[in-house]
Amino acid sequence: MRYGQLQALTDVSLTLAAGETVAMIGANGAGKSTLLRTLAGLHRPATGSIWFDGREITSLAAHSRVALGIALVPEGRRLFHSLSLEENLLVGARRSGRWTVGRVIELFPWMAARRRQPAIQLSGGEQQAVAIGRALLSNPRVLLLDELSLGLAPAVVRSLYDVLPQLLAEGMAILLVEQDVTQALRVSDLAHCLLEGRITLSGRPADLAPAQVEAAYFGLAARA
Amino acid sequence: MAWVNAVIQGILLGGLYALFACGLSLLFGVMRVVNLAHGDFAVLAAYLALAVITGLHLPLLWSALVVAPLFAVVGYAVQRVIIQRSLDVSPLTTLLVTFGLSVVLQNAMLESFSADSHSLPSGALASGSFQLTRQLSIGHFSLIVFVAAVVVIVGLQLFLSRAPMGRQIRAAADDPEAAAIAGADVRHVFAVAAAIAFATVALAGIAFGGYSSFDPGAGPQRLIFAFEAVVIGGVGSLWGTLLGGIILGVSQALGAQVDSGFGVLAGHLVFLAVLALRPTGLIPARVT
Repeated sequence: MRYGQLQALTDVSLTLAAGETVAMIGANGAGKSTLLRTLAGLHRPATGSIWFDGREITSLAAHSRVALGIALVPEGRRLFHSLSLEENLLVGARRSGRWTVGRVIELFPWMAARRRQPAIQLSGGEQQAVAIGRALLSNPRVLLLDELSLGLAPAVVRSLYDVLPQLLAEGMAILLVEQDVTQALRVSDLAHCLLEGRITLSGRPADLAPAQVEAAYFGLAARA
Repeated sequence: MAWVNAVIQGILLGGLYALFACGLSLLFGVMRVVNLAHGDFAVLAAYLALAVITGLHLPLLWSALVVAPLFAVVGYAVQRVIIQRSLDVSPLTTLLVTFGLSVVLQNAMLESFSADSHSLPSGALASGSFQLTRQLSIGHFSLIVFVAAVVVIVGLQLFLSRAPMGRQIRAAADDPEAAAIAGADVRHVFAVAAAIAFATVALAGIAFGGYSSFDPGAGPQRLIFAFEAVVIGGVGSLWGTLLGGIILGVSQALGAQVDSGFGVLAGHLVFLAVLALRPTGLIPARVT
């Protein structure tokens, strides 16, 4: 599977393969969320194109992309507050496949006792888990994760990222965007550093020196 | 006994107001659209029912089976073609567009059906009644309308809380963008909500036509009653709309009992009192 050749933002081009986790790191305003929202179909790129599985999807609406197997876990969770936990999951149920409400609850066992609770009563970390579950119920082939760590305690963030290997084992591809560099590098196969809408550094996390990442992240490349 | 009778007749009239208002409540609860053409669509439904009754020789109640599905289709189309486009521009635009729609509808009906007032031939329904005591009786037609209102509102509530499409409607009402990335075709979902709202408008229009006479300009005046029922009950809550309709109906009936000219005014006064003392309505907003 070949996913994406995007020239949104400024000349950003990236590809994503099945079973691969690619991280986009960068400071606030670097264009990370815009990139994911464009891939999910919430923004139209002014130029460039998006390809999925050999098919151009640049002008496809967001809900049609979900039907193809592209799911976004949006920044800020964006749960449906007047719906219960289980209803939030069910709204995401689209493509039939291996992911069901039962399997999401296996992944996050605490959900079992609280399926009827209104989503608004859940903690930030719990809401983030529901948002991931909602995306999984569409049985995506590509999962776009936008700032899972936002506003959450480090231990909670770690536990959320720890479920990723289970998803990858099923051949899903993951593109994640993160300000928390340590976390992103820990879980990804390939990392790109985005600065002011351009990719300033790319490489396998093991090959990237901390100083190099720091320079790319803060835009100190010229001095480094 | 006259007062008891006034309360009973008021509750029954309230059912009509609730039936009429629930479409307005639904559109506002789901899309934040205030449909100013709501009353005019109800009048249009009455004219269509009249055409069905005289053209196809169907009785009044059967005409609803033809007009309501037709109106659902009209609602779907109006949402996709007109309201959604204005919604994409700004919420204020929807007010202007539905106001324009109201003017267009009134004039089109004036051209097509003349300014003469009509009423729907309800045959035996209009005169038949259940005699409760010597002084108390309940008209068949007003009871049918009340039962229809309760069935529609309970059914709508069940649909929204249980059915997959109902769940999508609530999700899209909460956060349209999040609904889109969860895979919902939000324009379709909104249009389904509009189709349901329009089907209820058709039922209300036919019920109004059975109660009293109508003419092409009757819509805006009736719209006030729908607004009052929605605001008294609590904006965006269907149970609230049922309660609001009943309170409005009882207020009007009791007011009319005091003085025959005081009925409508009493309804307005109760509405103003609720608006001043409890602006969120009696059953405050939970989305739809």
